[in-house]
Amino acid sequence: MVELIMIHIQTGLKDITGYIYPNEFELHWGLLIVVYPYLTGLVAGAFILASLERLFKIKVLQPVYRLSLLSALAFLFVAPLPLLAHLGHPERSFEMFLTPYTKSAMAMFGFVYAWYLMVVLLLEIWFDYRKDIVIWSQEKKGIMRFVYKILTLGATDLSEKSILLDNKIGKVITIIGIPSAFLLHGYVGFIFGSVKANPWWSSVLMPIVFLFSAIVSGIALVLLIYMVSTMFRWKTMNMSCLNQLGELLLYAIIVDFSLELLDFIQRLYESEESIHILSQMISSRLFLSLIISQFILGSVIPMISLVWARFGRVPDEMRRMVYFIAAILVQVGIFSTRWNVVIGGQLFSKSLRGLTVYKIQLFGLEGLFMAGFLLILPFIILYILCKLFPPWVDSEVKLH
Amino acid sequence: MKKKKSNPLSRREFLMICSKALPFTGIFFIPFTADQILFAQKTKEYDPTQHEYAMGINIHKCIGCGRCADACKKENNVPREPYYFRTWVERYIISTDGETYVDSPNGGIDGFPEFKDNLEILRTFFVPKLCNQCANPPCVQVCPVGATFLSRDGVVLVDEKYCVGCRYCIQACPYGARFLHPTKKIADKCTFCYHRLVRGLLPVCVEVCPTQARVFGEVGLQSSPLRRFLRFNDVVVLKPSLNTRPKVYYAGADGEVR
Repeated sequence: MVELIMIHIQTGLKDITGYIYPNEFELHWGLLIVVYPYLTGLVAGAFILASLERLFKIKVLQPVYRLSLLSALAFLFVAPLPLLAHLGHPERSFEMFLTPYTKSAMAMFGFVYAWYLMVVLLLEIWFDYRKDIVIWSQEKKGIMRFVYKILTLGATDLSEKSILLDNKIGKVITIIGIPSAFLLHGYVGFIFGSVKANPWWSSVLMPIVFLFSAIVSGIALVLLIYMVSTMFRWKTMNMSCLNQLGELLLYAIIVDFSLELLDFIQRLYESEESIHILSQMISSRLFLSLIISQFILGSVIPMISLVWARFGRVPDEMRRMVYFIAAILVQVGIFSTRWNVVIGGQLFSKSLRGLTVYKIQLFGLEGLFMAGFLLILPFIILYILCKLFPPWVDSEVKLH
Repeated sequence: MKKKKSNPLSRREFLMICSKALPFTGIFFIPFTADQILFAQKTKEYDPTQHEYAMGINIHKCIGCGRCADACKKENNVPREPYYFRTWVERYIISTDGETYVDSPNGGIDGFPEFKDNLEILRTFFVPKLCNQCANPPCVQVCPVGATFLSRDGVVLVDEKYCVGCRYCIQACPYGARFLHPTKKIADKCTFCYHRLVRGLLPVCVEVCPTQARVFGEVGLQSSPLRRFLRFNDVVVLKPSLNTRPKVYYAGADGEVR
């Protein structure tokens, strides 16, 4: 194991420029810590999208309401796994719940996560599906009948009054849910933004940028899942829903991009001690992932193409194509954003005198394959969830 | 035949006198040894509330021999690979045109290679680095389980049996003083040789320093060498703008040191 670490460090040695502290040869937060904020961002974004439909009564989004809730849940299940896999002693991770150090931003993760999973997502989904679950528990046969029976939790009342109550409670949970979703991802931004030792991270805008990039990635994700799932179900896509999603995505990108630019300009204008090494890093190590991938591919191109597709005279077929490509580009862009924050923050020495490199490992707990697995896993979970609780409008059970 | 007159002192007599005088020669060493012992070792139990430690580093005295870094690795079982250090020595070379060049090959343990760049050198100096044992430690603040903590005598320590290895503390340290132990998988750092402190001994880096560039002692004790150091030197701490309130004080540190 030690030999592996040594080999890994040594492969990067020749690419180090300037002076870095001797303890900085090993880069501490790797690919998995990039995946973690990416996943949580998708959760928060998908949930906020669902809340828009419910709270602000944007009815055209109805076809994706349940789908976004289930997507949020699927990604939330996986979100803590990269953290766990990255710990030096995962077997002690439970200490964060039992004996948390309350001043630590990270210690609060467990509680924020548990709150979000238990109080917000699971409850909201349950209240939303309760009527359907009760009916499925009566209609289905065999083991599935039994499963749904358990999932009703004994609340089988289908009277008008109880359905109304479900809706009411669901609404209350959504109202609690929105600040919770903001908390979940804003908090992830705070983990980075509050590290004063690191000039690349230390920014009061970090939680806000994280939040808006989360909304961007969440909307794009739901758009992608909706398009692909509708395609595979051989159904026609609801164009007005797609248009609305495209429009929301566009607005979210504009806000997110403006915030990122603001952060960028502020840094340049303040021109603090660290600016020299940071500009070196941007123009060399991060050029591809920041300028090309995050700014141009992930923001500018989707913005322009969305404006054109949404507001131009474009046939529906073309529109769908543009939305799809824009959503994929946005995903690439947001993943790069996470990469640039997490990896970028470690590519320069805290002595502000040198740059180091990050070499991705292929195998092992923190390797490329593990990250790939963790990115695919939510989709597998989502598939199972969709089988269990069909989120499609046409499969919703109608009473009477 | 008349016996030759012997010397006023025979060899035997000379040795006898010497052996009698020997105990008194210790007087000469008292000033040196007094520095090396922190407090009377006869005290019954170590009471952390009675101490507050700090270190002073005199840049003018450091010759860059790297013995401190080497001794630290031996004393504390720090991995020998050149990527893990509880303390290390940096060499600063400042050219006449104001460029600063810094290096620390193997933490300075094997000495420093001759500087071959065609640089017109203005001045050079060595800076020993270690954990600053901050009074407002950002590493302690971020530890999710409280495994790293500020002891009552002012030393930042890591509980090996508690650390989850999340490395947040490593990210939070502005001085690069922490590393993840490659086999134990926990955060590791300088402890001021805490195991020695409790026995009344000095940190090993202080003890082996041939030029007394490192000074250690009690902050609150009038007679401690540290007090003397702080009294007679203009001292600075590293990265003061971060408000970490370090307890490692540098005398003669250039503005370039960070």
